[in-house]
Amino acid sequence: MELFNNNKVYEFMRLNKLIFSISVVLVAISAFLFFTKGFKLGIDFSGGTVVQLRYDKTPDIAKIRALLDGSVLGRADIQTFGDKNEILIRFQASSAGVTKDAGDIVASILAPSGKFEVRRVEIIGPKVGNELKEKGLMALAVAVAGILIYVAFRFEWRFAVAAVIGVAHDIVLTIGGLILFGIEFDLTVLAALLMLMGYSINDTIVIFDRIRESIKEAKPIDGKYDLSYLINEAISRTLSRTTLTVLTVFFVILTLYLFGGEIIHGFAFTMLIGSIAGAYSSIFISSPFLIWFGYDVAKAKEKEAEKLKIKIEKEKMRAEFEKGTV
Amino acid sequence: MKKANLRVWVFVVTTLFGTLLCIPSFIGADFFAKVKLGLDLQGGLYTSLAVKTDEAVEAKIKSTALGFKYYAEKNDILIDSLKIEPVSFSFVLLDKEAKPKIEEYFKEDKGISLSYNGDMILVSLTPEEVALTKEYAVGQAVETIRNRLDLFGLAEPSVTKSGSDNIIVELPGVKSQAEEQRARELIAKTAKLELMEVDSDRIDALSMSEEDLKATGVRVLADYKNPNEKFVVKDVPVLDGSMLTDAKVGYDENGQPAIEFKLNSQGASIFADFTAKNVGKRLAIVLDDKVYSAPSIRERIGGGSGQITGHFTPEEARDLAIALRSGALPASVVMLEKRSVGPSLGADSIEQSLIAFVSGTVLVFAFMVFYYGIAGIFANIALISNIVLIIALMAMFNATLTLPGLAGLVLTIGMSVDANIIINERIRELLRQGVSVRKAIEDGYSNAMSSIVDANITTIIAAVAMYVYGTGPIKGFAVVMTIGILVSMLTAIVGTHGLFDALLSKIEKSKNLKLWFGIPSSYLKGVK
Repeated sequence: MELFNNNKVYEFMRLNKLIFSISVVLVAISAFLFFTKGFKLGIDFSGGTVVQLRYDKTPDIAKIRALLDGSVLGRADIQTFGDKNEILIRFQASSAGVTKDAGDIVASILAPSGKFEVRRVEIIGPKVGNELKEKGLMALAVAVAGILIYVAFRFEWRFAVAAVIGVAHDIVLTIGGLILFGIEFDLTVLAALLMLMGYSINDTIVIFDRIRESIKEAKPIDGKYDLSYLINEAISRTLSRTTLTVLTVFFVILTLYLFGGEIIHGFAFTMLIGSIAGAYSSIFISSPFLIWFGYDVAKAKEKEAEKLKIKIEKEKMRAEFEKGTV
Repeated sequence: MKKANLRVWVFVVTTLFGTLLCIPSFIGADFFAKVKLGLDLQGGLYTSLAVKTDEAVEAKIKSTALGFKYYAEKNDILIDSLKIEPVSFSFVLLDKEAKPKIEEYFKEDKGISLSYNGDMILVSLTPEEVALTKEYAVGQAVETIRNRLDLFGLAEPSVTKSGSDNIIVELPGVKSQAEEQRARELIAKTAKLELMEVDSDRIDALSMSEEDLKATGVRVLADYKNPNEKFVVKDVPVLDGSMLTDAKVGYDENGQPAIEFKLNSQGASIFADFTAKNVGKRLAIVLDDKVYSAPSIRERIGGGSGQITGHFTPEEARDLAIALRSGALPASVVMLEKRSVGPSLGADSIEQSLIAFVSGTVLVFAFMVFYYGIAGIFANIALISNIVLIIALMAMFNATLTLPGLAGLVLTIGMSVDANIIINERIRELLRQGVSVRKAIEDGYSNAMSSIVDANITTIIAAVAMYVYGTGPIKGFAVVMTIGILVSMLTAIVGTHGLFDALLSKIEKSKNLKLWFGIPSSYLKGVK
């Protein structure tokens, strides 16, 4: 089966102004959401208490709320979790006592509300929350820096910066989506964002690699090179691959989202948005930035030729040296 | 041809090796390494505790004071107004000639400095000694908690130091909330045993302020069952739990469970001396600042053993004996973080992840075969081998499979076929240009190589950042992703290449590129 006509070169770069303005709007919306609505931080980062209970029959949420009202733990946020017999109770407060913690307190307060099993208790003190926040930001920063350095080393700085702009774009849009749909930002979501970086850069690198190849093979037309065309050609050649990989990744994330259970929901949702954003940005964001950064094909080819010349010269010298003529 | 054989052999051998090694993980047999499940999958308690190290310093100064007091009494050195502060204690020396004796007594101890203020002598711990005491306290707390949990009877508890004064406790296999709470009680029980002299002349102490109490050198402690019943005891204990050698469950005269303890020789002689001198007075048995009983001393008690009575359940008595036997915590602990998952939730998580895993695999498999024909089947074989090897390697290196790790395994299915997609697209491209099958495969692989390697390395960079800065479950995810990517280089590249090479003559003979590579014949017509 074939998805795209592989002999055709699609003119992606012609669209770049239009698409780019769409992206700018989306990024602006994400930023707006970030500064107005803001994250719903999970207790991993905000500190607090989560207690997950499973009742033997559908619980009376109003009664649970009444029982928990005015408890020592402060205001409780109660919601059903996956199954209708299961509820998740959240508190801003955490408790430092080891022998009697917030989970035990909730269990004893709710004893009159019916028969239940305590399935999960998570208590994150404020100090740990801040520490996890710091570590999370560090992880993101280190990953970006690592990728930037690696791509700069393998390609050149313009490719690296363009790739990282694409990744940043994906992260921002994904974060916008998370805020819009009220997904709680916890450790698994952070992991998904990090994975997304790796994944989004994957797409970009496959295209960049192809662009580099196109440049190598390119012949000047009237003494000039058409970078837009070379980029279009590279994207068109890799279009099937980009689409197929997005599809396979999308399939598995969708199954994870649908069947993977409540705890993994945030993770799957993040990857779901991110995987599409990743493919989109590789084509429409990272690639045009190469043009805007003024990447000069002729110069690149000159450099390449220079390198080749040096290499040949070195080999010649070595050959002569080995023959003993020097 | 030889090279092709080598590729297939490497692939087949590693896959077989992986299959063998992952069998125990699937059937749950014990004969070889199994994948260790994270606490979020098998259920259990993870908690991070902070040791209140200041308390250890205080205890240290207290025991120094206690030792000194004993020495002074033994050598008839008259002292008065012994007062204990957080990092020092002071006393007034009544007979001045004894000063050299006192200097001699403290000379040995490098961690102590003496200063004088008139008749008052101040004994304080040096800053180095304070730091050392804190460090030692954390180490000892780790040891003590580990001993207690080992005795508690759950499989494979893990207690490790983290940072300067934190402890991480991981306790897998906790079956119920009640059991979890019992374990927590055992972890946090200071189990500080003190035998204290009841000061019956000081009933007025009950209404004293905290400061006055200190100045008088007494403390007010409550009964452990009835908080309204108070005892006035002398601040400096007669004995403490550090002189304990054994504690076990016994029975009191009413047949109730009680804890019998034994003292070491030093403790036994102090105990004997004290009881001999104080017949008629009451001695309070104090555990974690609560009075368990306060019997009257009827005669000198030699032998150095005693009993703690109370209305214990057999479990309480057992846990208390464990706590006393493993020694007191040098300082109390507070909880910084706790994640506890019930076993039923863990089992549900595994089941849900498996459903996602199987359905994801079926979708990707079907898609690959539909799109690429036999080349897709090769990719699927490589994928199976990849999954099997991930599990085998995790079992081998004792890595932990967590819930995010399982998600990572599902994600691996989608991401590792990427290499095959890139390769197959390259091969198709060459075939369309009319290149021979043999050359198309060779060049397809070599053309795809740099893309695949670069793309994989950047993903590994992200995974490593995640591993370094992540905690527990997230680390598990990073591990699965990294192993998955590395293994996919072998399975998806070397493995499928080997399969192509092995069947090369067949492919060349059949000429059916739709069957082998999924290329529609209409596409090729234009080329030929």
